[in-house]
Amino acid sequence: MSYLIGEKLTGGYGGPDIIKDCTLSVDKGEIAVVVGPNGAGKSTAMKALLGMLKLNGGSVKLDGQDITSMSPQQRVAKGMAFVPQNKNVFVSMTVEENLEMGAFLRRDDITETMEQIYDLFPILKTKRRQVAGELSGGQRQQVAVGRALMTKPTVLMLDEPTAGVSPIVMDELFDRIIEIKRSGIAILMVEQNARQALNIADIGFVLVTGENRFTDSGDALLANEEVRKTFLGG
Amino acid sequence: MTNSKRALISFSIMALMLIMVGYGQSWNVALAIFNLCLISAVMSMGLNMQWGYAGLFNAGVMASTAIGGLTAVLISYSPVSKAWSVGGSSLSAALVSLLLTIIASVVIWKKIPKSSKRTWSMTAVLLLGYGFIRFFYEQGTYAIEAVDPAKTGFLGGLGLPILFSWLAGGVAAAGLAWLIGRIALGLRSDYFAIATLGISEIMISILKNEDWLSRGVKNVTGLKRPVPYEVDLQQTEWFINLVNWFYGTADDGSALSADVMREALQLSAGVFVKLCYSVLFVAVVLIILGFATRALNSPWGRMMRAIRDNETAASAMGKDITSRHRQVFIIGSAVIGISGAMLTTLDGQFTPGSYIPLRFTFLIWVMVIIGGSGNNLGSIIGAFITWFVWIEAEPASLWLLSNLDLFLDETSPLKLHLQDVAPHMRMVLMGLILVLVLRFSPKGILPEKAPDHY
Amino acid sequence: MDYSTDLLNALVLITNYVLIPSISYGSQLALGAVGVTLVFGILRFANFAHGEVMSFGTMATIFITWWFQSMGISMGALPTALLALPFAILITALLVVAIDKSIFSFYRINKSRPVTFVVASVGVMFMLNGLVRILIGTDEIIFRDGQKFLIKAGAFKKMTGLSEGLALKQTQVLTFVLAVIAVLALLWFLQRTRTGKAMRAFSDNEDLALLSGINPERVVLVTWIIAASLATLAGVLYGLDKSFKPLVYFHLLLPIFAAAIVGGIGQPLGAILGGYVVAFSEISATYAFKKFIKYIYPGDFVPEGMLQFLTTEYKFAVSFLILVLVLLVRPTGILRGKVL
Repeated sequence: MSYLIGEKLTGGYGGPDIIKDCTLSVDKGEIAVVVGPNGAGKSTAMKALLGMLKLNGGSVKLDGQDITSMSPQQRVAKGMAFVPQNKNVFVSMTVEENLEMGAFLRRDDITETMEQIYDLFPILKTKRRQVAGELSGGQRQQVAVGRALMTKPTVLMLDEPTAGVSPIVMDELFDRIIEIKRSGIAILMVEQNARQALNIADIGFVLVTGENRFTDSGDALLANEEVRKTFLGG
Repeated sequence: MTNSKRALISFSIMALMLIMVGYGQSWNVALAIFNLCLISAVMSMGLNMQWGYAGLFNAGVMASTAIGGLTAVLISYSPVSKAWSVGGSSLSAALVSLLLTIIASVVIWKKIPKSSKRTWSMTAVLLLGYGFIRFFYEQGTYAIEAVDPAKTGFLGGLGLPILFSWLAGGVAAAGLAWLIGRIALGLRSDYFAIATLGISEIMISILKNEDWLSRGVKNVTGLKRPVPYEVDLQQTEWFINLVNWFYGTADDGSALSADVMREALQLSAGVFVKLCYSVLFVAVVLIILGFATRALNSPWGRMMRAIRDNETAASAMGKDITSRHRQVFIIGSAVIGISGAMLTTLDGQFTPGSYIPLRFTFLIWVMVIIGGSGNNLGSIIGAFITWFVWIEAEPASLWLLSNLDLFLDETSPLKLHLQDVAPHMRMVLMGLILVLVLRFSPKGILPEKAPDHY
Repeated sequence: MDYSTDLLNALVLITNYVLIPSISYGSQLALGAVGVTLVFGILRFANFAHGEVMSFGTMATIFITWWFQSMGISMGALPTALLALPFAILITALLVVAIDKSIFSFYRINKSRPVTFVVASVGVMFMLNGLVRILIGTDEIIFRDGQKFLIKAGAFKKMTGLSEGLALKQTQVLTFVLAVIAVLALLWFLQRTRTGKAMRAFSDNEDLALLSGINPERVVLVTWIIAASLATLAGVLYGLDKSFKPLVYFHLLLPIFAAAIVGGIGQPLGAILGGYVVAFSEISATYAFKKFIKYIYPGDFVPEGMLQFLTTEYKFAVSFLILVLVLLVRPTGILRGKVL
């Protein structure tokens, strides 16, 4: 059984169900990628894992414990960290303050974690007194990921982390994500750049209209003729 | 309970309350309250169009009532010809200078492309214009205000029957609303509220200080009435006969004594005059209610509500939100302007100092919200209840105080203080009612009908 | 008299009638506007009851001052009100928190539209207004005691030999000093403490703050306490400087809103700046510059008019004009606040 698993999730934002019987899972030290066409409910499925929408069915388990009824805040305290797609940094605060806010729930010494994040994203260290709103898109994403890592999470969820950044920055960011995975964190991400994302994925989920269409290892999905044709543009 | 049943019950209770005041205090008091309830109803219907139909937070209701009141003065007061002759030309010159300045600056803005040249010529025109306006204006107002300052000292009005001002007040308020809308519409609700609050305060400052216009804080009194005067009535034969017939004879069959008769005449004259006003006001309320209800149920009303409920969706569907908002803001303000003129007509005087936002803006808000935002009948009942409480809170708290006699003797400082401050109970009560309604019955007494009911 | 004396006279004149009053009035507005801007930043609505909170806090101070005076407690040359201030702040903060818990928190839980909060704040405004009038009445109250002037106009003239006098009231200095202390303390709190940073984070990005585990109710609580404290301070300083009258405090709402918006809503530093901008514009636009021009113009020239842009009755118009100008030219305010 996986470390984090959302089984047969059904729900939406109060209106019609956007995801139906959707199952996602990820293990520690693994990267799981959710891909699919626009409007397939990828982000919605991820938000369901975090408890940000009303579920009409299904359950979420973290480390074997049922967390379906917990609020997002409680799940964060349980070790789940989330990087939203938009507005994922405190634009009026400095890089360092952003990281501090990420560690808001922690009462212990956070300097070590902060150093780890500066090691992971060295540019942030040089810009740590700068206001996050003034950074470039790629740097902001680094701040956003860094902020999420400050809680020392066991699961890191990323909603389209490479949206709007250049290919070079994207590669760089994926490298960092692999590095994070190696530290034993479970990573779940939703991606538009499906091909590149599946390249680094241990497991991939292809969603269509809120339902699982394919679930397999990243390589297998890339090799799958139908997936390639339909979702990866040949 | 259906809305019509709720309406019937609440209006019956209201009528009962007024009748109780009639028996308990006096019919003059009851009718005075009733008349102001009617005026308040017009105000709240106007605000309901803006807030209930369209969701505009207008915190400048007072500006519309005040300009309506001003219009009543300008329409009905006889012209002060001496003031016109000494100051009219200078004032006209000031007006012409103002217009020329505006035209010149608009031309510069449109014709010259954005550059330092435009900035400089704009500044020059504005400064020059300001100089001319100021010069003529000061010359004119100084002369006008010197004309018999104890009695007039202003330009006076047109000397027309005051009833015309009800319509004219609406038009004037609409004009002002157009201007306010140019500045403030399109802002988010909080900004719009603050902006309108600010404009209404400025409006009152102008009325308080521009003596040449309406005598400022010296007030204009003795406006001609559209209904008979009490003193005249008491001399009129048919009225005396009417009172005689109404009161009939004393219990023992003999004719009434002169003293009793005089008192009855005085009382009846007051009641009669107020009833005349009531008839006029009821007519206005019914006409506006008719229009308002038709508008609300028309496609126009549906579109307004659609915009209110989801601005993003409505604008995505190609509706020009700002211009719709401007429309409804102007119409609502016009209705409030009418009520302002009615109020000044009823008072027979115009006192800029009496316009304060709590009474003329926020109290109207309480009326609309208590009655039920979006529901015209609701606005009327809300106005009735709110005004009734507003007026009767003081006697009620004094009455409560007098029952405190048991605990406090007549001269205790606490009791004297409490008697002094009893009028302010109504503020607390209003706030409490507003907060309670907002919390426990946010749709008000008569909720807006759900659109799928028709 | 030579020209340099004239220039000095002009300087003294402008300092006495424009600069000093603007600084003290500006400090009062700034303290009020910071409260409005904080509440807006955190709770996302324009609090129409803020003027009444100022009024309530001042009233509490006056009552405690009277009580102290009746017991013979005083601060010598300083106003007794300063001694009463901490207690009044406590009472006002408690009241405001109680109002939040009983009224505003409901709409927060229900995620009501901002305008519902505004309407609720109108209800609170009514209640507080009535409460203040009931408790203390509507008369004008002067509760200043201690030394009135630090520098008297006559003494200044004698000392310098200039024909223009400079008067400096103790309350003006007190206002400025206390406002600076309060603002520095607030900025320190927002920049350096955990709770202060959490407030900034919450104001910046509510969703992300929640995801970071920031407790919204705590942030809101602290916001109200700060807003109430600053409102009380602002109200007391204004009352000491001029006088206390409930109706006047209601009318302060407009310049305070103007200051908050001009500075950039949600930006405490902007609100402070806005306070001074509004105060300076109000006072200089209604000041008659005739004498000033006479002094600074070389030679014998006396301007014909009073050179007063607006009469003092139009003070409100000035704050409003600034407001409109900012809305049209730079809707985010001087310091790029949120766009409402």
